[in-house]
Amino acid sequence: MKMSKKFRSNLLTYGLVIVAFILCQLAVEKVIPGFKMSRSLKGQLVPICVYIVMAVSLNLTVGISGELSLGHAGFMSVGAFSGIVMSAWLVNAFQLENETIRLILAMVTGGVFAGVAGVLIGIPVLRLRGDYLAIVTLAFGEIIRNVMNCLYFSLDGPTLHVGFNNPNLPGKLVVNGPTGATGVDTISTFVMGFVLILFTLFVVLNLINSRSGRAIMAIRDNRIAAESMGINVTKYKMMAFVTSAVLAGMAGALYGLNYSTVTATKFRFDTSILVLVFVVLGGIGNIRGSIIAATVLTILPEVLRAFSDYRMLVYAIVLIVVMLATNSPLLTGLVERIRPKKKTAAKEGEAQ
Amino acid sequence: MTQIKRKSDTKMVPVPSMAIVPERDIDKAPVLEARHLGIEFGGLKAVDDFNIIIGKTEIAGLIGPNGAGKTTVFNLLTKVYQPTTGTVLINGKDTHGMNTVQANKAGIARTFQNIRLFNNMTVEENVRIGLHNQVKYGMFSGIFRAPAYWKQEKKQHEQALDLLSIFDMQDMADVKAGSLPYGAQRRLEIVRALATNPSLLLLDEPAAGMNPHETEELMENIIKIRDKFQIAVLLIEHDMNLVMGICEGICVLNYGRIIAKGTAEEIQQNPVVIEAYLGKQKEA
Repeated sequence: MKMSKKFRSNLLTYGLVIVAFILCQLAVEKVIPGFKMSRSLKGQLVPICVYIVMAVSLNLTVGISGELSLGHAGFMSVGAFSGIVMSAWLVNAFQLENETIRLILAMVTGGVFAGVAGVLIGIPVLRLRGDYLAIVTLAFGEIIRNVMNCLYFSLDGPTLHVGFNNPNLPGKLVVNGPTGATGVDTISTFVMGFVLILFTLFVVLNLINSRSGRAIMAIRDNRIAAESMGINVTKYKMMAFVTSAVLAGMAGALYGLNYSTVTATKFRFDTSILVLVFVVLGGIGNIRGSIIAATVLTILPEVLRAFSDYRMLVYAIVLIVVMLATNSPLLTGLVERIRPKKKTAAKEGEAQ
Repeated sequence: MTQIKRKSDTKMVPVPSMAIVPERDIDKAPVLEARHLGIEFGGLKAVDDFNIIIGKTEIAGLIGPNGAGKTTVFNLLTKVYQPTTGTVLINGKDTHGMNTVQANKAGIARTFQNIRLFNNMTVEENVRIGLHNQVKYGMFSGIFRAPAYWKQEKKQHEQALDLLSIFDMQDMADVKAGSLPYGAQRRLEIVRALATNPSLLLLDEPAAGMNPHETEELMENIIKIRDKFQIAVLLIEHDMNLVMGICEGICVLNYGRIIAKGTAEEIQQNPVVIEAYLGKQKEA
């Protein structure tokens, strides 16, 4: 009975993503006359996928593990640049032109490098709690951005050269310091974005509903009790943090390979906050909420173009209204009255 | 209602270091031995020269007025605090340098005075956290749903329900722990602690907030748990009915020092204990 309830909830999440994907594909391919997508929205499809993955992965850290991280864009940045370099290197070294295989390998590389960064950051950072953790992760995001501004990668045939503050490398520059990566092969596709979302959901939802996931949530709920139950706090916090970083790195690679030019400034503090807004608005710990919030809030600025100059003002107002509405006892009371089944079921449980 | 096995049924015998253990445990190694245990907080000796030996299947009590340092003793035994002096042996093993997690693995489990459940998780999940180190599988088996996942999840589920049945709580398995009534939360904490397969169970005020009927039931259950799992129990409690009813050896603490040790009768007669609780009688 209980398993089926969780299973149903997960199924709904997968179903939502799959249905949305099919609708989008129908609109893009113009299968049904009259049902089509505007050019600007079409350009947003891959970023939406990226932000969904970012939001879901950050929710693993913020919602499930209960640690406020403000440097999520840093992992995205690591993933983006390592993915771009990998994709270019595959062409040079192996003449591998198949875009799908290149993209997959680039995403794996992005995930691995972001994961390594996650371990390196996690070791000192996860000893801190609360505000201190937030501040250090914020600083980490800035450090990554500054380091990326000084890094140069060039490809001389199959050989990869790395330069720190030194653009005079042999061969063709792939990543050019502050100018970023230019002339990137834009191999990202909406289909691969969809696959990445499914993979992320698979990893995150399965992790939550397993022994490790329960340990992570137990630490969030009550650290002292978890320790006295024999749960290794550092290990499980690290597990959540690094998994989150790997997924962010994969999203970063997808993002990086979607544009012909990518600069490190793209992954600023703003981006971290933007993803955090998705998580908070969708509900902390609520994976489905993160997906919906990321989608709506990525499309919203495009839709609000009609307001031209007042665009960001309206965007802010929408955010505030949604926040207030979801926290209003009046509205939640109304929702509960519409769905009385759940409430009585909970009461019966209490009475027993 | 079954007759509670009163303390008077147990004959207590002295062991070498002047402590006492139940006669049935005299040939077995004690589950817990604390020697000269002490901790200072900035010059204040919260616990000083605390010595105790607990037999393999003893139900022991730790009592004392408020602020006597009872919970601090628990925190020392479970390594939440590192003692400044003395040693703690669990099943004869020195716990020096261990942390809370290792102390739990060594065989010590506890409940908390202010209930510390995982409120956002269900009753069964709370017990499953207790089973964390008993029924294992790795992170990747969990993510990719390997055969180990299905096998061990099933085992965890069965064991969790089995443990919950001690307090007849199987029906509540799917309820959020935070929404349980107070008494049930206390019982769940005990089940969760038992799930870690301890050899010594520390209960911090298990009867707090319970009505007399519930307390009576709890007394039976503590004895039942001891008999079923063959473990020792050390409990802190202010309810003297419970302490005098089931505790075989009692240790009285005041201002961080042991002021009396013995059986229930001895403690009740002890003038030092009476003074600590009621104050000194003025000479007329």
